[in-house]
Amino acid sequence: MPDFHSPVTAAVTVKLVYLARLRDAFGKSGESLTLDAAPTVGDVIAALRARGDPWARELAAGRPIRVAVNHELAAAGASLRDGDEVALLPPVTGG
Amino acid sequence: MPVRITHEDFDAGREIATLRGSDARVGAVASFIGTVRDVNDAAPVSTMTLEHYPGMTEKALADIVAEARARFDIIDALVIHRVGELRPADQIVLVAVTSAHRGDAFDACRFVMDYLKTRAPFWKREQTPAGARWVDARTSDDEAAARWQK
Repeated sequence: MPDFHSPVTAAVTVKLVYLARLRDAFGKSGESLTLDAAPTVGDVIAALRARGDPWARELAAGRPIRVAVNHELAAAGASLRDGDEVALLPPVTGG
Repeated sequence: MPVRITHEDFDAGREIATLRGSDARVGAVASFIGTVRDVNDAAPVSTMTLEHYPGMTEKALADIVAEARARFDIIDALVIHRVGELRPADQIVLVAVTSAHRGDAFDACRFVMDYLKTRAPFWKREQTPAGARWVDARTSDDEAAARWQK
């Protein structure tokens, strides 16, 4: 019988979006990623880096990748909720 | 609609006329048009493909226009940015600003372009004789945007 008084530990699934150069490098425009409870943007990056190349290379520390959560730029410490859209953006070159 | 992302070309004269309307408060109109060069980083460019992030790009441009309204004494502003495949000499972007006086119109127009270059999610991919390549961001663009933070 489940214990309804225990802390919420449900896994969180986010929708990843890879843009421009990163889409080419990863060979897809996005995917679903399921993480342990209460994940942050930094946890997403860590999980992707752990796959090895090309993820580790493209997302290595110091690479100028920015992350947007639900279309707003977000810091590594930003927390994620189930269903969030998490986009990885290379440096922009419009105009 | 102050912000538009489109595959279609634009008629800058008509867009500016619409922006001005018959508003007699307007004493100054400043505009900027960015176009595709046939050479970039010493390589000839045959086509350029512009990509955006639907949803976020519109929001980022609207935020930049709102920031310009807060910083400068302007009456109205317009940003049109094209996406898809473009060729050398094609128009890429139009920024137009109306104001009572030229100072705010010039400054707001430049501010919007400088912020667009560094904050709006667009990416350029060039076709050159050596193959396709994603265009690298320029530090000169970061420096231009940083000027407005002083």
